[in-house]
Amino acid sequence: MATAQELAVREKQELVSKQEKTVPGRYFVPSADIFETEQALTVVMEMPGVDKKDLDVALENDVLRVEGKIDFAKYEGMEPVYTEYNVGHYTRSFTLSNKIDQAGISAQLDDGVLTLTLPKMKEVQPRRIAIS
Amino acid sequence: MALFPDPFDTLLTLQQALDSFRSSGWLGSGPSSSSGGYPPVNVFRKGDDFIIITEVPGMARSDLDVQVKGNTIRVAGTKSVGFPEKSAVHRRERLAGRFDRAVTLPVQINPDGVKAEYRDGILALFLPRAEQDKPKAITVA
Repeated sequence: MATAQELAVREKQELVSKQEKTVPGRYFVPSADIFETEQALTVVMEMPGVDKKDLDVALENDVLRVEGKIDFAKYEGMEPVYTEYNVGHYTRSFTLSNKIDQAGISAQLDDGVLTLTLPKMKEVQPRRIAIS
Repeated sequence: MALFPDPFDTLLTLQQALDSFRSSGWLGSGPSSSSGGYPPVNVFRKGDDFIIITEVPGMARSDLDVQVKGNTIRVAGTKSVGFPEKSAVHRRERLAGRFDRAVTLPVQINPDGVKAEYRDGILALFLPRAEQDKPKAITVA
């Protein structure tokens, strides 16, 4: 059972992008879970330290792009003495294979976890055909 | 002086500062070392006091168990990740499971003054240094 397992440490994954950013600073790739039901595709991403107002979600040409900025001003006046992880903004993109009803996309951010619900278009949802 | 401060410069500076203290010997080494394990921690000094910051996204405030005894701070909990029934899982990267970690600081802290704050998946523990452990300024006669 998953819950009885001891949690292992996984190093945060740094973003390796084909497009370079003009501003210096490292970005990280948030861990993601993706699942699909008959009605929708759901993407769950871990972005600790990102506030609702600093989150940007865009869907263009079947590419879903999420960017979350952290507020590093909180670290002002703090001097590190021992560290095990680094901090940075988060970004990740997915090319969607399903047709998504863009107007119905909803996003929720709770305790550093972003849940994106992308409802499928009505015409691609499975339809049960009654046999007469 | 620059016309306007570049905030991104600050992020890079912070990232480099965090990198240079990666697994520093500050917590001590040897079999009783508190380094390693989930959740990864960063320890900072702010004035006389210390702050431990750790990322535990997806935890509910009530599921986090924080204890303090002497100079040792313990953070424990169970992180769970669930999927609805009748769903096809395409990607599964988020980790779930139990964790229990204790960190012993090499300085005396005041256990009664410890404060814990949890926001946006980040747990911050404020550890005031014990009064008797604070450095005293000596006046040179």
